[in-house]
This record gives sequence, structure tokens and C-alpha cells, in this order.
Amino acid sequence: MSGSTRDAVMGRIRRAVGANPANDAERRAVVAARLGAAPAGIVPKRGQLPPGERLDLFVAMAEKADATVTRLTCYDAVPDEVAGYLRERNLPAAIRMGRDPRLAGLDFSATALTVTTGPSDGDDLSSLSHAAAGIAETGTLFLTSGPDNPTSLNFLPEYHLVVLDAADVVGDMEAALAQLRERHGKGVMPRSVNFVTGPSRSADIEQTLLLGAHGPRSLHILVVGDLV
Amino acid sequence: MQITSQTFKANTVKALADVDLQRALKHVEKGFIGKRQKAADALPEFEALRDSAMAIKQHTLKHLDLYIEAYVAKVEASGGKVHFAEDADHARRIFLDIARRRKAKTVTKGKTMISEEIGLNAFLEENGITPVETDLGEYIIQLRGEHPSHIIAPAVHINRDQVEADFRRFHVDLDPKRDLLKPETLLSEARQILRQKYGEADIGVTGANFLIAETGTSVIVTNEGNGDLTQLLGKCHVVLASIEKIVPTLEDTAQILRVLARSATGQEMSVYTTLSTGPKRPDDQDGPEEYHVVLLDNGRSNMLGTEFEDMLRCIRCGACMNHCPVYHAVGGHSYGWVYPGPMGAVLTPSLIGVDKAGHLPNASTFCGRCEAVCPMRIPLPKMMRHWREKEFESHLQPATARAGLGLWAYFARRPKLYRAAVSFAMPALKLLAGPKRRFRKLPLAGGWTKWRDLPAPEGRTFMQAYAQSGHGHMRSGGRETAR
Repeated sequence: MSGSTRDAVMGRIRRAVGANPANDAERRAVVAARLGAAPAGIVPKRGQLPPGERLDLFVAMAEKADATVTRLTCYDAVPDEVAGYLRERNLPAAIRMGRDPRLAGLDFSATALTVTTGPSDGDDLSSLSHAAAGIAETGTLFLTSGPDNPTSLNFLPEYHLVVLDAADVVGDMEAALAQLRERHGKGVMPRSVNFVTGPSRSADIEQTLLLGAHGPRSLHILVVGDLV
Repeated sequence: MQITSQTFKANTVKALADVDLQRALKHVEKGFIGKRQKAADALPEFEALRDSAMAIKQHTLKHLDLYIEAYVAKVEASGGKVHFAEDADHARRIFLDIARRRKAKTVTKGKTMISEEIGLNAFLEENGITPVETDLGEYIIQLRGEHPSHIIAPAVHINRDQVEADFRRFHVDLDPKRDLLKPETLLSEARQILRQKYGEADIGVTGANFLIAETGTSVIVTNEGNGDLTQLLGKCHVVLASIEKIVPTLEDTAQILRVLARSATGQEMSVYTTLSTGPKRPDDQDGPEEYHVVLLDNGRSNMLGTEFEDMLRCIRCGACMNHCPVYHAVGGHSYGWVYPGPMGAVLTPSLIGVDKAGHLPNASTFCGRCEAVCPMRIPLPKMMRHWREKEFESHLQPATARAGLGLWAYFARRPKLYRAAVSFAMPALKLLAGPKRRFRKLPLAGGWTKWRDLPAPEGRTFMQAYAQSGHGHMRSGGRETAR
């Protein structure tokens, strides 16, 4: 059924765009070239800054999108920051996280936190993820799924805490995409890639903006280290 | 869904008299226009990005067959499946096949206009499957048994107090004395109720803002996170998308994303942009077991290569309706089908026929704001004019309108006669109007004078006034001299 529909739809498209055996090779070459080269187009100058200023822009843009940001000198400071964040908000001293090696290496023993690992079943109030990159242009976190970073941690808990290595803060979306290709291979994607800009929100009732729709009500970013 | 585009005029009369609707529509003008302008002004490259986004779609449409081929191959390589659907009925049957095979009872849904286009919810209910809308606006209108009145703000026609009344009516298990005065409490009530639905769903349905040929990826853009939860937690993810959603590469997607949110809600970036590629991987801890894409044509391939091809660049941002004085006055339901506002006035006749939707392209003042703000630079007024021509050619207008236009055309093609006639008619009309200088009724213009008085002409024609003003270098014949 679908096969014949596919032929019918594709046949109509080919006729409409003027595809024929004479121009087939040339058209295919054009498409293959574009898919292969993936040209960048217009990249806003806003994010094209020296590393320190780029990080400042990331923080400013993330805060503009209602995220909160904290700067930490090293990974060892993460457990205390997480514990303090939950305590200040009178939240239960429990956090759910993935098995990302950069998080798995953290020592939470000095805190009163109960740390569990794995995807969220919806009952966790707070979660901790590790971002693949931060995009300064818009203050956006770039998170990729995988065995170490379950996607449910990004959406189900009410408080989402995300660790971001300062060295992974890039200027623009294109730089994050280039990094993705480098890590996973050209044309290969993790199952889920999430660009996250601030906590969830809705303006569906009288265009009044409210934070905390179906995703997290609060997004807290822990930027670790300095850009070299 | 019942199409009522044929009765557009009657729909607008009802809409103009609807007090609640008029109250709600005030938010459109107030909310969207300023925010878009601010976001556009804050990015120096915004206009260049519009050109870039337009060029990407133009290039893609010219090579659509090959990009679809590449896309399908990539989806299959990642373990997903693409189903081509000829029309709405076919798309529904494909969906039902998947649902039956998975013995589905509940389907959660992120926002998808294609679902509205194919009338999926009513069809699922007929077949004993419960659809649950998870976008707050969509959830509200599903409770009310309505359809979206806006493509990105589906419940923009409803006020807070109406939502409160609906929630009290449907959420009967909750304390009837609870305080629902604040929009925040309404939002958290909906959040609580929908929360448990995601994981229970046998299928999660979403639309797609983009389908990426380079990687076989579907992209959704949301602020609430509901679509993201829908596609993550449903045991099977079904994407409903139409053929023109294809873009070549990740970089091309980034170009268009930069104009999408800014044009839609005035955000730099929507909160969530989620790229999904295939089903759960062997070592993944979450994600759907199956991944399907229903790729719908429904008349679009017939628009390719015609004067309506430009419409296939549309990215459904809603900027055209947010800036449309007609939409501000009559709201989305008046348009009588899925797509309202200027983009609907062009797309609807293409998809359901100009015989059913001929009124829509006439519902424009041709002020040009829609084209001025369209991120994809779609010449919407020009295409509405194409539809008006087609409507005239196929004799769809009433005889009086045709006769009137024919009479006007007779004079318009004979400039000397035209000028002679108007220089006679203008003083005559001034005289006829009397001291009030306006007409309450005019023969053959009842459609106009039913709603407002026609101001009487001042007595001179424009050409006469212009010549006498000293600004124009006109000969007595009124013809412009060589510059």
C-alpha cells in the first residue's frame, strides 16, 4: 500500500520540479554536495567572541531566559552546590542522575543527599544532568541522550540541575553541531538531542507567561571551570 | 472536522457579536506584535537570516524528491519507518494500523496541525482509542470540544474565567471549593492531571517542525515540554508531518530556527528544541520502542511548480495572523477549517478547494503586514490575489459582483472614458449625498452600507485634485509627463 503511494507521491513531485533522466545526475550531485558539506549560512556575530566574553554572554542569555547560573571552579564543588540549592528551597535532600562518568566520579558523601541513578519515573523532584555543550548566542544547553544521560531527567523533575564544563561553551548553534558530528560521526545522531533554553513555560491562558508547564519549573546551571 | 469556510461571512457576523471572543482577541494584538519586533531588532542579522531561510526552502522544494529519498533512507537506517500518506483518510488508516497492531487504548499528543488536518481525534474516538492532548491550550479546547483558533496559540480565543469554568466542570474529582483564580493554579492543575497520562500512553503522537534529510531526524519546538514528554514516554512514537517539512541539513535547521521563535513568540529560542532520530537504542535507558513517520501529501505535491509553491515554505510560526487586522477582528474559527489568518487564506483553498474556501482570500485588506513579517518572505497578498482571479475565472462569485466587476473593467480599460465618467460622477454623488455628506444606502453596494455609511466624494476626482495641488506635473488630460 505504502509502496505504491510512495511511487505516486514521488512521481508527482518529480514531474512538478521538472526532474528527468537528462538532469538526474546533475540534480543528484547538487543534493549530495549540500548534504555532504552542510554549509553554515548566516551565523550571528553575537556569539563570536573570545572565550571569557563568550562565557559571560552564555550566562547573561541563560539568565534572560529565566535559568539560574552558578560558577564553580572545579567538579569537586558540585555536590555542595547541589545540596545547598535544594536546602535553600526546602526541597527533599534527594537527587536523581545519570551515569555520566563526570558525575559518577563526584563524591557526595560529605553531603546529606540521597543520590540515585537512572532514568526518572516521574516521582523525582530534582535531577542532575551533564550537558554536552552550552550555546552562548542564546544561553541554550545542548544535551544528548545515551546510556549515561537518560532524556527523562531533562523533563520530568520539577528542578533540573545541569552541569556544564566551561570548556564546552561555544559561540553558536553551528559550533555545537560541529562538536556533535565530531563525537558521533557525520550523519549519525544520538536518539535524542535537546536544546534547552530556560525552564518550561506556557502562555496559553490569556498570553500570560507562566513558568513551569510540563517540564521543569526551575533550571539551574552549574558552570564548572574557566575557559582556557 | 466540519468545514465551515463556505459560510465565512456568517461566521464573522457571529464572531463580531461574541463578547467573550472579542475580549480574548485583544490579547493577540497586545501580546505578539511588540514581542516579535523587539526580538527582530535585537538580532542585527535577522533580515539576512530571513533571506537565508527562504533560500533554503526554495532550494529544498526544487530538489524535494531527492531530499525525501535521502530522508527516508536515514530514518530506515536508524530503525524507524516512513509511511507515505496520499490524503487524510489514508493517513488515518495508516495510524489505525499501527495502533491496532500495538493494541493501543490511549494516545497522548503533542501539538500537531497535521492531526487537525486529518481529523485524527474524532477518528480515534470512533475506533475506541482515547486521544489525550497535552499542550495546555490544546487540552483546554479538547475539554471544550473545540478546534484550535490559532496555529501556535490554540486557545487564544478563550479567557481565563472560561478555562476555570471548564476545569471545574471536568475535573470533578478535585475539591470544588479550590481556588482557581490565578492562571498559575490552572496550569499546575493541568500539569498534575496530564502528568500520569504520558507514561500510560501506548502511543505518543507529535508533529514535526522539521524533518532533516542529512540525519533522518524529526524536530519539535515547544515551550511547555509536553511534546517532548509525549514522544519520550509513549511506548511508540508516531510523527505526523507533511512533505514540505523536509530540510537538507542540521545547519539549515539552525538557520530557520533563528527566525522561527523570534517570529512566533518573540523569544530568542523556544525553551525546547528536540531532535529525535529513530527508536530507543539497545543501551538507552528510556525512549520509545518504535518510531514511525506518517508523511502526508494531501494536495501539497500539486502546489509544487505552480503559483502557490511559495506557500510550501511556510514554517507555521503564526506571525501572519498575529499581525492581521482581519484575524484580530474575527478570530481563527471564522475561517472555518484548520488554518486561519493569511496563511490559511492561501493554503485552505489549495487543500480543500476554492469552491469551499473562496471567501478566505477575499478576507484581506491587502495591508501587506503579513508579507512584511513572514520569516520565509511568502508573498501572501499576491497569492490571495491569484485565488481571487481563480474564483472569478471559475464563476464562483454572485452574478451582481461579476456584473459590477465587468462594468468597472469596461471603463478601466478605456482611460479617457473612465476619467470622463468619474469627473461626472464625483460632483453628482456629492450633490446626491446632501448636507450629511454620506450615504446610508446605495444601490448595488448594500454589502458595504449594511455595516457603515459611505462618505460622499468631495466633488473633484483624485487626478483633478492632484493636478491643481501643484505637486504633479500633469497635462490637462491627466497623463503623467516625461520626467
